[in-house]
Amino acid sequence: MKALVWHGKEDIRYDTVSDPEIQDPRDAIVKVTSCAICGSDLHLFHNLIPAMMPGDIMGHETMGEVVEVGSEMDGRLRKGERVVIPFTIICGECEQCKRGNFSVCERTNRNKHLAEKIFGHTTAGLFGYTHITGGYPGGQAEYVRVPFADTTHVKVPESLSDEQALFLSDILPTGWQAAVHCDIEPTDTVAIWGCGPVGQMAIRSAILLGAKQVVAIDRLSDRLSMAEAGGAIPINFDQESVIGRLFELTDGKGPEKCIDCIGMESHVSLSQPDTIYDRAKQMLMMENDRPHVLREMIYVCRPAGIISIPGVYSGFSDKIPMGAAMNKGLTFRMGQTHVHRWTDDLLKRIEEGQIDPSFVITHSVGLEHGPEMYKVFRDKQDSCIKVVLKP
Amino acid sequence: MAMTPISNLVRHEGDPHVIRSGPSSLGMPDQLARMLGWFSIGLGLAQIFMPGRLTRWLGTEGSENLVRAYGAREIGAGILCLSIDKELGLWSRAAGDGVDLATLLPAMSEGNPQRGNAGMAAALVTGIMLLDVLAAQSVRERHKRGNGRRRDYRDRSGFPKGVEAARLAASSSRRIAPSVTATHSPVG
Repeated sequence: MKALVWHGKEDIRYDTVSDPEIQDPRDAIVKVTSCAICGSDLHLFHNLIPAMMPGDIMGHETMGEVVEVGSEMDGRLRKGERVVIPFTIICGECEQCKRGNFSVCERTNRNKHLAEKIFGHTTAGLFGYTHITGGYPGGQAEYVRVPFADTTHVKVPESLSDEQALFLSDILPTGWQAAVHCDIEPTDTVAIWGCGPVGQMAIRSAILLGAKQVVAIDRLSDRLSMAEAGGAIPINFDQESVIGRLFELTDGKGPEKCIDCIGMESHVSLSQPDTIYDRAKQMLMMENDRPHVLREMIYVCRPAGIISIPGVYSGFSDKIPMGAAMNKGLTFRMGQTHVHRWTDDLLKRIEEGQIDPSFVITHSVGLEHGPEMYKVFRDKQDSCIKVVLKP
Repeated sequence: MAMTPISNLVRHEGDPHVIRSGPSSLGMPDQLARMLGWFSIGLGLAQIFMPGRLTRWLGTEGSENLVRAYGAREIGAGILCLSIDKELGLWSRAAGDGVDLATLLPAMSEGNPQRGNAGMAAALVTGIMLLDVLAAQSVRERHKRGNGRRRDYRDRSGFPKGVEAARLAASSSRRIAPSVTATHSPVG
């Protein structure tokens, strides 16, 4: 089959690979009908997430049709069914899954010894990601093997198109969880850093959860125009002071809720010296992350506010102002998304017409164009915000 | 493809493995930057560990510490060329080439018996500087944000019934308020 394969820094190739096979009675093979490139794929593209290996198949936003199932499916998943595959692989049986903490499932990471050494505990297995999270072949391919498939799927009604359903795999529940983590009140200002795909979903989620005003921060006019369309007040940080404008919008008090949809790769700018410091240290492998957004959020967030972090951080971050965070009594909530916790509700909202996540798609091309689209998406060329690939 | 047979050794049995490699996201300018980056690191190491041989060949004995410093500069530029900030690395290489040329000029004077070698080195540096400039320009061209159309997405709200309807529904129902810590029923 054909797949997009990681070969090293900035080197994604459209390769011919062997077909996936059923390895376990709870497995299924899914023929991929649509998949997408995620912002976190760019961290892998930049080789900033450790423990990738040449030959790894990319992709964790996938949907398609079940073409083969293992022997222990007990009717929970059948051939021919149309499914979205959440990026977190879950067993549905461990203590964490039973609590709804699906992204820290205790059983699905087949390299849990690595995760335990690095993180202290294992996290769930993830598709198309580092070997620390299991190294499972991803879904930017013609076919994908889904482990624990009886629990790791969301059935899609025929009434929804691929474009409407696909983002249940990651970015819609990720933006939603980020907003839910904020405990939004009707009087709240929610400030969202980053208007990429997750930022766009977080903006819509904050509106649906009843925020008084949502503020979107980016520097790209096309992304800010999409944020504005979703009901956000845009701040272009190349043109105005983020902190000054946020204080202005909140009568000098700062936003009650802040969401970091950037993560470890903050934009490097001469006007923000800490970003240059972080980039230099990251290049010399003295720091994993560039946490400029985190510093800015801690500074501007109203005391007793909440900081929600859906953006990916990989390892060590320097110069986090914990003194300010502690003395201001800020609450931090973060984590990979517990996709299954939110999909029933979100699927219903899509069916009811409350939200149509397909708005974010700016490019839809064949899988063979994948390597070029990684470049286009990373370089933000052609006003690219979200790429959907069709095998 | 070179590394995949090795990584396949530790790949989980049954997982797909690469049979034939296809087109890459790396373009020619990226590959040229990579090549120049490794060249820079190699040259830098040679300058740091064998400065005497270089100064004897150029007839500039006594400037070993300067050569070592240039070696460190070469390694820094090489690391930049291999990073995602490769354009910066290539321009810093081109600037370094200029410094090298300025340093070589006095060595080409009549009094230096090795001035022929110094002249050869200067010609080489000039050629490489042109290559560095060409590579930097082609990397910029390939990766500049201006490529493609600039679009406006003000018509993409994502709310089929409009933003105001979404706000209204949120304020009137407040049905939502999903809990952050709610115990979830088992899936299946």
